[in-house]
Amino acid sequence: MSDAVFEQVREHLAGVAQEATVAHGVLALLVEPAHLLDVVRALKDTFAFDMFLDVTAVDWPEREPRFDVVWHFYSTRHFVRVRVKTRVPLADPIVDTLVTLYGSARYMERECHDMYGIVFRGNDDLRPILLYEGFEGHPLRKDYPKQKEQPLVPYRDVKP
Amino acid sequence: MNTQASRPAPSGAFEYLTTKKDEFVGWARKFSLFPYPFVTACCAMEFMSVSSTLYDTDRFGAALPRFTPRQSDLLMVVGTVTHKQAPILKKVYEQMCEPKWVIAFGVCATSGGFYQNYAALPGIDKIIPVDLYIPGCPPRPEMVIDGIMKLQDRIARDRHPIINEKF
Repeated sequence: MSDAVFEQVREHLAGVAQEATVAHGVLALLVEPAHLLDVVRALKDTFAFDMFLDVTAVDWPEREPRFDVVWHFYSTRHFVRVRVKTRVPLADPIVDTLVTLYGSARYMERECHDMYGIVFRGNDDLRPILLYEGFEGHPLRKDYPKQKEQPLVPYRDVKP
Repeated sequence: MNTQASRPAPSGAFEYLTTKKDEFVGWARKFSLFPYPFVTACCAMEFMSVSSTLYDTDRFGAALPRFTPRQSDLLMVVGTVTHKQAPILKKVYEQMCEPKWVIAFGVCATSGGFYQNYAALPGIDKIIPVDLYIPGCPPRPEMVIDGIMKLQDRIARDRHPIINEKF
């Protein structure tokens, strides 16, 4: 069942997806940032991947381009998941927003922007959602110091 | 704060009555705690357990939660406090009237526990004074009850400003 859908997706996106492998029952597609919207639109309209599950990122500090941005989608018709990945460099961590296709992307893109500093072009509301105003840096990047705190309330002077 | 030592030893009937009055007021105060539950995380489950029937903090007069800091005198900080929540905790503490006490319930409120990262406050005593720490992840109800009793002993020993030479 899922294999048939994956095979169709693979054929349909043969020219666009750089990689299309099945891992742990999930089809993983690697695409160029420029093709992202076309690929996701095809997944949504042609293959009924109608549920946006999550967007997150992976930081590979040694690699160039440094970040993987990862989306997961679910099809409520075929009951399968697909993972879409793209790579963006540190100097230009910009991908297109999916708000036009999935409304729920709005908040998850805000979270991804908080944690990794990925900029979603077209999402006009990238205010902090889990962090707070004034927080500097992106805590899930590997170069964020592990114990660096940015307290909002000044600490008391405690006598030892 | 041990005010017991600074008082003159009772020498007559009047002083004897005064001492008993202190004890009476202390006894009344220690069973009149009004907790404000500042409950943020998984310790809440243990807090519910210790508050409800089986362990029952009402036996210690410390079970009627007041959900406004202005009516409460015991701030129970139950669970992890993040940097984002810290201003709220500080404001709640400042809104409480004197006299007031603070219990750090669980290891996260005590020291941050195993959270040592960008998000968690490493112990609420970084921003507000704490009277009693109850460690544990989560603490056993027996430990909480023990902690409440220790705090009650302290309250009973403290001298209320109502006790003065005119009263």
